[in-house]
Amino acid sequence: MSLTDLTATELLAKLTQGEITSVELTGVFLDRIAAVDPTIHAFLRIDRPAALARAAEIDARRASGQPLGALAGLPVALKDVLCTAGEPTTCASRMLENFRPPYDATVVARLRAADAVLIGKTNMDEFAMGGSNENSAFGPVHNPWDTDRVPGGSSGGSAAAVAARMTPLAIGSDTGGSIRCPAGLCGVTGLKPTYGRVSRYGLVAFASSLDQIGPLARTAEDVALILGVLAGHDPADSTSVDRPVPDYARTVSKPLSGLRLGLAREHFGEGLEGQVERAVREAIKVYESLGATVREVSLPHSKYAVATYYLIAPCEASSNLARYDGAHYGHRTNQEAMLAELEIERKALDAAGDTEGLDRLDNALVRMYRRTRSEGFGPEVRRRVMLGTYALSAGYYDAYYLKALKVRRLIRQDFDRAFEEVDLLAGPVTPTPAFRLGEKVDDPLSMYLFDLFTIGANLAGIGGISIPCGFSAEGLPIGLQLQAPPFEEERLLRAAHMFQTATDWHTRKPPAI
Amino acid sequence: MAISREEVKKVSLLARLQLSDAELETMTAQLGDILGYVELLSELDTDKVEPMAHALDVSNVFRDDKVRASLDRGEALANAPKHDDECYRVPAVLGDG
Amino acid sequence: MTEPYTIIIGLEVHVQLSTASKLFCGCSTAFGSPANTQTCPVCIGMPGSLPVMNREAMALALKTAVALNCEIPRRTKWDRKQYYYPDLPKGYQISQFDLPLSEKGYLTISDSRGRFEPKPIRIIRAHLEEDAGKSMHDEVAGKGDSRIDLNRTGTPLLEVVSEPDLRSPVEARAYLDELKLLLNYLDVSDCNMQEGSLRVDANINLHIDTPEGPVATPIVEVKNMNSFRAVERALDFEAQRQYEVWQETGTIMGAPGGHKTTRGWDETAQVTVPQRTKEESSDYRYFPDPDLVPVTTTEEQVEAIRAGLGELPAALRERLQKTYNVTPYDADVLVNQGRELVDYFTELADRCGDGKMAANWVEQDVLRWLNDRQIGIGEFSVSADALAGLLEKIKGGDLTTSRGRDVLTAMLDSGQSVDAAMRKLGIQSVDQNELETLCGELLAANPKVVEDVKEGRLKAVGALIGQAKSRNPNVNPGQVRELCLKLIERM
Repeated sequence: MSLTDLTATELLAKLTQGEITSVELTGVFLDRIAAVDPTIHAFLRIDRPAALARAAEIDARRASGQPLGALAGLPVALKDVLCTAGEPTTCASRMLENFRPPYDATVVARLRAADAVLIGKTNMDEFAMGGSNENSAFGPVHNPWDTDRVPGGSSGGSAAAVAARMTPLAIGSDTGGSIRCPAGLCGVTGLKPTYGRVSRYGLVAFASSLDQIGPLARTAEDVALILGVLAGHDPADSTSVDRPVPDYARTVSKPLSGLRLGLAREHFGEGLEGQVERAVREAIKVYESLGATVREVSLPHSKYAVATYYLIAPCEASSNLARYDGAHYGHRTNQEAMLAELEIERKALDAAGDTEGLDRLDNALVRMYRRTRSEGFGPEVRRRVMLGTYALSAGYYDAYYLKALKVRRLIRQDFDRAFEEVDLLAGPVTPTPAFRLGEKVDDPLSMYLFDLFTIGANLAGIGGISIPCGFSAEGLPIGLQLQAPPFEEERLLRAAHMFQTATDWHTRKPPAI
Repeated sequence: MAISREEVKKVSLLARLQLSDAELETMTAQLGDILGYVELLSELDTDKVEPMAHALDVSNVFRDDKVRASLDRGEALANAPKHDDECYRVPAVLGDG
Repeated sequence: MTEPYTIIIGLEVHVQLSTASKLFCGCSTAFGSPANTQTCPVCIGMPGSLPVMNREAMALALKTAVALNCEIPRRTKWDRKQYYYPDLPKGYQISQFDLPLSEKGYLTISDSRGRFEPKPIRIIRAHLEEDAGKSMHDEVAGKGDSRIDLNRTGTPLLEVVSEPDLRSPVEARAYLDELKLLLNYLDVSDCNMQEGSLRVDANINLHIDTPEGPVATPIVEVKNMNSFRAVERALDFEAQRQYEVWQETGTIMGAPGGHKTTRGWDETAQVTVPQRTKEESSDYRYFPDPDLVPVTTTEEQVEAIRAGLGELPAALRERLQKTYNVTPYDADVLVNQGRELVDYFTELADRCGDGKMAANWVEQDVLRWLNDRQIGIGEFSVSADALAGLLEKIKGGDLTTSRGRDVLTAMLDSGQSVDAAMRKLGIQSVDQNELETLCGELLAANPKVVEDVKEGRLKAVGALIGQAKSRNPNVNPGQVRELCLKLIERM
């Protein structure tokens, strides 16, 4: 068995016992990336010498008996939406192709302090907008289980990297399912924590009230290990919550007794593919066999979640992305070409005697902004910026944005009520397994509807986890989603671990690569 | 609520995007689809519902009024597409933005 | 006023609050540093950065709002005001839209010269927001480039918006003076207009009486006024201009061409000039900032703030008039100098027991000294106690007022006590016998004066006073005059 097939927890034990060094381990994963990633394209950037130097430094400290952090020597891949000081942080966008933030995101600083080896930055949908990873300006990620298919998005690079054994641990971000969906489609374990559990400082914002950083790994045990490092209050993020962080790694292996599972009736209806439903229902039987009780509950406003989300997220995004205007950082259009273009337009209008047109003609600054942004953003980002700008504009605010905020409250109340009766909600992650690359690119709405089971957790601010629970006839992974009341990550992880002790879906390896 | 090509054009200025005629066409159709879909929300009576702008019920988060080191100017300007070692440079901002 | 119109003015004042660090990050707010040396990822809006609210800025804002008699809602929040401009790096300004931290207050203005009756000016709201940076057009090297300095970006501003309750440029000026004074008393801002820590925009139009009834001219927002004097002049100009335009065109508010416009004050030409604005630029797309959480304030907190305000200018003026018997004008002059000077005055008046005398000395002698040297009362080396000692001597007849001034100057120059300064100047009370001898000698030497006085020209005795002073500088001119007249009578 190769080292790359071991879980993070197993690898950490070997490192601690001195059976392997971090340099060896990091080298093995870097070699694996070199061999596999040309097919998968999970990474946007690898700095092999830097990773090995860091591993060597940790090995040296271990050898001299110095105290080490919780992840000492383990490789971790970062979604390229997390700021890394002095290193490119692109968000898979032309806009930030050459952007090097002068600071580390809080989670990056925490990982460094825990002595993780940051192995590379992973591919994603541009600015985390997308569910298929086809929106990367630098090319799509391929699903390791079938490279003609999408890995899910937007943290598709992180999920594919874990699934293809290129890293034991990866970090993603989840705004509407961006950790859970690719985890489900790639057959790995991915957690979206409660909003406020992990600091967003240094996470390039997509939709600030929905974004949350979380880990992807092969097992719940590994997720627990790294969540303990990521979670906690950060004075630099006003929305990070100051409450104690449980020792997830210690409690994850304790089974839950008397677990009450709820199945949301609305998540088993129309749109859910039969083989996905069958796998999820089988998984629920496993829980019953482990002593859980199961009951049906209702989330009556579920059918409004996608519409609510696709107003709130674009509104916030249109504002968060206003800063990319070519003035202070990031891409700027060619100024001479821009001025020349304006001059041509001016002359044409002049010649036509179109005074109104001349009056309406952009000034140089406005044209610089418009060209910069149109060149720097891909189609999906442009679409969401347009949608959000429109929905917030004069005369539409109440009908769209405000309405969505109110429905958001109703959706949250649905969850609150459900959790009065059950400990966890169980259901599918996505309506179907991974679809083919290109299948939905021309139909944004059908792409959006793919998020329908994951979006609710973001709107409500609660935690959710995706764990492998079976395979489709084509051999594609199927995910089970568990959702918990706010700040019950411990419960999610313990429940996920129970399942993984009783099943082996999470140990399966993509055969093709 | 359908959206017209003219409206899309207006929004593209508000959003500081430049769309070609073909892009304007596609954008109008796609935004129309999405806006048609979100119309679903109008069937809900939300008159008495408090809007939920934050996922958290937290208030009064402050920092103390302490000065912390700023970035070196070089570091601040390092990512600027155009600068003169002192200031960011942009096309003239005479008149309005 | 003889004009057939009423001027309607509302003011929007931006006050920079005197915090050490910016509103949402730890960068310094100090003025005058080299460009782009006081920025960080937060205030330049770098991707991934997040704002955290400055506690002190909120405290200063609430203090001001309470002093402006505003209602303080239990809950306030942050909104994003969105527009594109290179001095606004995030593409939005963090401000407050529909739930400002305060609303519905007032500030009473008055004029000690009586040009208008005292009246409350209603405040619509006072809210916090972050400042933008500075853009400069580079004429020389430019080829059309502008240069952007983001040092000021994120500095806390309190925007105070008045109702259109002001009826003349003089009232507008009085409002600004009173607001500035209040801010000084509260110690929340240095109010330095040159450094941009206080900025004023004005909305103005006219209500004109016509035979067909009253009409309103279109509202104009006037910007770019760099001093209170400029505000007064710009409004004078603008009122006249609007009247002339109305006479020419008859355009009224709401009619075609009657929409609100923006004009800038040209200090050199002393005129307002139109500023171009685009229709779409006013669609700010406000929405709650998801990166910041709401702020709540309890009734108890507001009461604690109110209790801690101290005595504010209006109350202070009243007290000075009542307790120290000074005129409204004197009370105004004293209070307008700031709390420290008032404290000096009240101590002086209490010690010497004469409010009017204390007011005269403070307004004439103390203030002249301070103004000549451009210093504050804190740097005035004669304590109120010491000055009170001097005033007592004058009241007791030991010193004339003019000799008293010499003593004060000597005290200030040398740092000596009253007695030491008097000794240094050789001032001591002149013995009655000595004085009689001196006067007798003078009368003997000036028979013409004696004659004139006997013939009823009492003024003639004045000639002797100068001579007496030159023989002995310590003599009291009044006593010399009185004694000489008495001696002549006996002759």
